[in-house]
Amino acid sequence: MNQEKQGWGAWLLILLVIAYMGFLIVAPIIAMVRGAFEEGLGAIWQSITSAALFQSLFLSLRIALLVVLVQTIFGTLIAWVIVRHQFLGKALMNGIIDVPFAISPVVVGYMLLLLFGRTGFFSPLMDTLGVRVAFALPGMFLATLFVCLPFMIREMIPVISNLDWSQENAAATLGAGKWTMFWRIIFPQLRSGLIYGITLTFARALGEFGAVLVIGGGVQGRTETTTLYIYRSLEERRFIEAYTASLFLGSFSVLIVYLADWLKRIQDKKKQMPSGEIRL
Amino acid sequence: MDQALVQGQKKSSFSNLVLRVPGILYILLMVVIPILVILQDGFREGLSGLWHQITLPLARHAIGLTLWTSALMTVINAVMGLITAYVFVRYEFPGKHILNAIIDLPLAIPTLVTGVMLVMLYGPQETLGNFLLEKLGLQVIFAPPGIVIALLFISFPFVVRAIQPVLLELDRTQEKAAETLGASSWMTFRKVVLPALILPTISGSLLSFSRAIGEFGAVVIVAGNIPLKSQTAAVYVLGAVESENRLGASAISILLISIALIVLAIANALQKAWVARR
Repeated sequence: MNQEKQGWGAWLLILLVIAYMGFLIVAPIIAMVRGAFEEGLGAIWQSITSAALFQSLFLSLRIALLVVLVQTIFGTLIAWVIVRHQFLGKALMNGIIDVPFAISPVVVGYMLLLLFGRTGFFSPLMDTLGVRVAFALPGMFLATLFVCLPFMIREMIPVISNLDWSQENAAATLGAGKWTMFWRIIFPQLRSGLIYGITLTFARALGEFGAVLVIGGGVQGRTETTTLYIYRSLEERRFIEAYTASLFLGSFSVLIVYLADWLKRIQDKKKQMPSGEIRL
Repeated sequence: MDQALVQGQKKSSFSNLVLRVPGILYILLMVVIPILVILQDGFREGLSGLWHQITLPLARHAIGLTLWTSALMTVINAVMGLITAYVFVRYEFPGKHILNAIIDLPLAIPTLVTGVMLVMLYGPQETLGNFLLEKLGLQVIFAPPGIVIALLFISFPFVVRAIQPVLLELDRTQEKAAETLGASSWMTFRKVVLPALILPTISGSLLSFSRAIGEFGAVVIVAGNIPLKSQTAAVYVLGAVESENRLGASAISILLISIALIVLAIANALQKAWVARR
């Protein structure tokens, strides 16, 4: 539309943006890919098949899936309550939801240590229950849950606000039951938001580092997630292993987020709605 | 009929509570209680004890470093984010679609991986890092420039994605009018476009600032943990936790949380003001 008017000033700005993004984002990515392949495919194969990496991947996946499960239920529920209910303190609750976004992951881990550590607030309770939280899986799960809290809720709030109720009313008039109405009419409208929220939460959970380092301690084979494995490999100067694992984790996260974005675009196109950008 | 209606209402208010109470409890347990516990721990020797921990030389330096690198990142990010959003909305150029998809990459990449990537680019053994160090005397890794670059990478999408939708919706008749009246394109931008973008730019920048002061994964890899040189506040908290300096860890944590929450509140208020003005 504006193409014929793009003068040298415009091209200067375009070049500036391309150079900036190239320097800031593209160059580091190329450096990582090159670094991982530096010692050939054999070295990559060796580091990608190491038992420690597999163990850490398995732990990361377990935590991430658990977090996604809990967050899908509570995130949707909280978004529903915020959109559809009126109650005292609702505005405050809406504000608190963004708080995990602004708190340093290290502080998140430390808060959980204060709650569940040796002299922690909840430790007597946990001791009588016989559950170990700090330096164990439950603590790492809670830390990841805290860090991922806003994503699902923020994704579902606009989706629930935009629900089309005319169909539901029609169905109710025709005598449809509550469950039928939910599964046939409400759920399909929530689906794209759910897919996107789940993906963002999953990617964020897989990449969490600071909080699980503090609460989990990163004990190899027990509380070592993939990010902690990368950190330990760097500290022990096993660089190829760190680079390969980073490349693997990074590509996987990027892949699933873009896959979700693609799915969302298809859904939006079906609904003739403008497609959204990735938001986090 | 009447009775059925009343019953229905009662039932719905009960089912409302069934949804509302677990939601509120979840937020209370997950977010509010941990923050209250850290406040209680940090203030257990009063405000003076907290202040003493914050003003210890190592802590003061770490906080200062965190604040100035985050502030510098915020300014660069605001300017470059504005330019990037403008270029993507208003201009056409080859490769635009690919670059537009790349804007969101930093959100998908774990921050620890970001740190690893930057070390592989700017590390002293790497080509570019070696060149910068030997020829220009600029140390990036284990130094403040590395922190700023890492923060820029992580927060790049925030400002761009805050401005883009506003720019897309902007009514262009005013711009056309200004151009017809003979205003230069720079004048049109400054007088017509920029005023509409100021609020979203500031709110996006503040958001990235509140995120940056707590950043850990990328920064700990890029900057390392050198006290009085490259140790940021979040890394300082980690050190305090590991050396069982509980009061220090709590004090710096409280300071970080307070700054982040105040900045976040301002960003949200600005966003609301902007939506209301529209």
